[in-house]
Amino acid sequence: MRLAINNGRVIDPSQNLDGIANIYVIRGRIAAIGNTPPKGFSADQEIDATGKWVLPGLVDLQARLGDPGSNYAGNIATETKAAVSGGITSLCCPPDTSPVNDTQAVTELIQRRARQAATAFVMPIGALTQGLQGELLSGMYSLQQAGCVALSQANQPIQNALTMKNALEYAVSHDVVVMLRCEDQRIKNKGVAHSGPVSSRLGLPAIPPSAETTALARDLILVEEAGIRAHFSQLSCARSVEMIRDAKKRGLPVTCDVAIHQLHLTEMDVLGFNSLFHVSPPLRSQQDREALLQGLKEGIIDAVVSDHTPLEKDDKALPFGESRPGISGLETLLPLLLKLVFENGLDLSTAVRAVTQNPAAILQRNIGSLESGNSADLCIVDPEAIWTLEKERMLSEGKNSPFVGWEFVGKVEQTYFQGRPVYRDNPV
Amino acid sequence: MSARLTAPNLQLNELGKIKHFLTIEGLKQHHLLEILDTAESFINPKTNEIKKVPILRGKTIMNLFFEPSTRTRTTFEIAEKRLSADVASLDIATSATKKGESLLDTLWNLQAMQADMFVIRHAESGAAHFFAEHVAPHVHVMNAGDGQHAHPTQAMLDMFTIRKHKGDIFDLKVAIVGDVLHSRVVRSQIQALSILEAREIRVIGPKTLMPTHPEAMGVHYYDDIEEGLRDVDVIIMVRLQNERMKSALIPSEKEFFKLFGLTPKRLALAKPDAIVMHPGPINRGVEIDSEVADGPQSVILQQVTYGIAVRMAIMSIIMSNAAQLAQHQSEQAALELENEEEEA
Repeated sequence: MRLAINNGRVIDPSQNLDGIANIYVIRGRIAAIGNTPPKGFSADQEIDATGKWVLPGLVDLQARLGDPGSNYAGNIATETKAAVSGGITSLCCPPDTSPVNDTQAVTELIQRRARQAATAFVMPIGALTQGLQGELLSGMYSLQQAGCVALSQANQPIQNALTMKNALEYAVSHDVVVMLRCEDQRIKNKGVAHSGPVSSRLGLPAIPPSAETTALARDLILVEEAGIRAHFSQLSCARSVEMIRDAKKRGLPVTCDVAIHQLHLTEMDVLGFNSLFHVSPPLRSQQDREALLQGLKEGIIDAVVSDHTPLEKDDKALPFGESRPGISGLETLLPLLLKLVFENGLDLSTAVRAVTQNPAAILQRNIGSLESGNSADLCIVDPEAIWTLEKERMLSEGKNSPFVGWEFVGKVEQTYFQGRPVYRDNPV
Repeated sequence: MSARLTAPNLQLNELGKIKHFLTIEGLKQHHLLEILDTAESFINPKTNEIKKVPILRGKTIMNLFFEPSTRTRTTFEIAEKRLSADVASLDIATSATKKGESLLDTLWNLQAMQADMFVIRHAESGAAHFFAEHVAPHVHVMNAGDGQHAHPTQAMLDMFTIRKHKGDIFDLKVAIVGDVLHSRVVRSQIQALSILEAREIRVIGPKTLMPTHPEAMGVHYYDDIEEGLRDVDVIIMVRLQNERMKSALIPSEKEFFKLFGLTPKRLALAKPDAIVMHPGPINRGVEIDSEVADGPQSVILQQVTYGIAVRMAIMSIIMSNAAQLAQHQSEQAALELENEEEEA
């Protein structure tokens, strides 16, 4: 199968590429980018991408796929379909599955189901501790052998500093990337919303920024002491951005990401007790939101993730504090990122880099790039399409999006995975 | 950036009248004055007795208590019976939801039993809003306390008590002492006092029992009770719960009393005619000295009586607003029909 995608604006930060070009695909791999086809190339199929953008398939470092287990809505088949409809072709699934991904068997099961679905590249993240309990180390080497691309604690950070220290020191020999979410559960206490004017007024139990920053400070010191490469997940506070900035200045091999909703929403959205705005870490102040966006613009924040958490209707049909935190985010990662480009002065190549080249580099994989030889994972975006997110049209089994009803500019029209079409938008 | 800067006002109907009573926030001064005046009309000025009236005959009110309560529940029941409503009280903490029935299923089931109004007490902030969003259009919700968010009927009876003694709330200086952070009553009191234009609202207590942003609530914070009580007209004491010691927010009851307990000496710093209030139940020797609690300036027991009249007032206002809206709608419909006929 030979495919030519002609005359699109190809934006690939990994090659510093932004210009009109043709992409030639042979047997699922990128053969060349340019104006002339490789020698002897004759296309079986040609796509006219005039006026469209062609991006590498997006890489999402954090997306729950609901598989295995029933603790989230959906499964690998449904959620990868939702992913590719948003231009995402590679995703990491955190270990908070049921059972927890702390054994080879679970890792292999996830990979098998992903191969069957054959819609996107699914990269399992193994648990750092057994059962994510934060007490006993998991079989890190075995998990890595089975195909885990990273180790993490999902949303259950290790509380015991000694266990954390040991986990990092043990992991360092295996050259595996450790992804850490920082949260001191004791400071968090029973909190459900940012400690600010809104939680003061609504009487919602508060989570102060120190729940994140004290844990981040501890982990930065332990990471430095262990000499391990670490990635910090889903930062929410202005102060955290400063701490990562300092750590990078000191030369520590650290990277970090932010969930896309943190760049659009704030504590003010919690007024009215709408449980769709219940997320962990919580939506914070306007000042935090601005600092996170600034951190992304300056490259302190390396990646942007969906933090996709597909939930059942009943999980959210509860009073705010009793509802489960999380947003179904795969379908809005790119649209929300483009909104920052169009409305908040985010540079387009920085935006694309944060969901392609950078997360790929964190994982040390040849993805998120249209370099020749790579798997032909790409999406074609109509940059002028104006559309509104509708619940009924979401492909994810989790309809828990606070962005329903938002208007977006720029829509994924087609997505290719390994050179095969896996998504095509049907214009009405 | 989303533009939702204020909560949608779920509790008013299309004529701007009270439909659900969820929180004081967002209500206008005339709403609060109507409640206070109506409550007044239920009390016999000579005997202080509350008479039984047939206002809610044929209406069914269900008291849903997801969190245990004796006093609030009892005053609601008495208020409902004095209005001649049919009353059912359910202790839900120990029944349906424990069997795995979802909260909404419970609600819809009870609604199908011909309920006209739910009175709800729940441990989660925002629970009353949640129910109000999901009930049928003809069903009304009254908040009898949700988490740490609001307890608006209690706040209204406190306003009623203050008005009884001071004539008006306008221009008064009010000090609220104790655990502001965890208190739904205080949040509602502060909102009611602001709407009724109290001159100054002070909150007094240790930093660990204060919300992070008291200024967002429109109050001044004092960590020194002697400074905070100076020249105030009203002192509201807040009950201190035992859990606060266990979660290391304060060291001991003894130390709390030393720092923030209301003693005769401290009371003397307020205006000579200042009144002392407490939503109860009181902890003698923890937040308040017995001599003050039982003294001439204390109005603690009167608050309980007024609670019945104020709850009657709010329930009858909600029901008469609903009747008024129904009439308005049928008039509108008749008018439209007339216009159509004229056009034809």
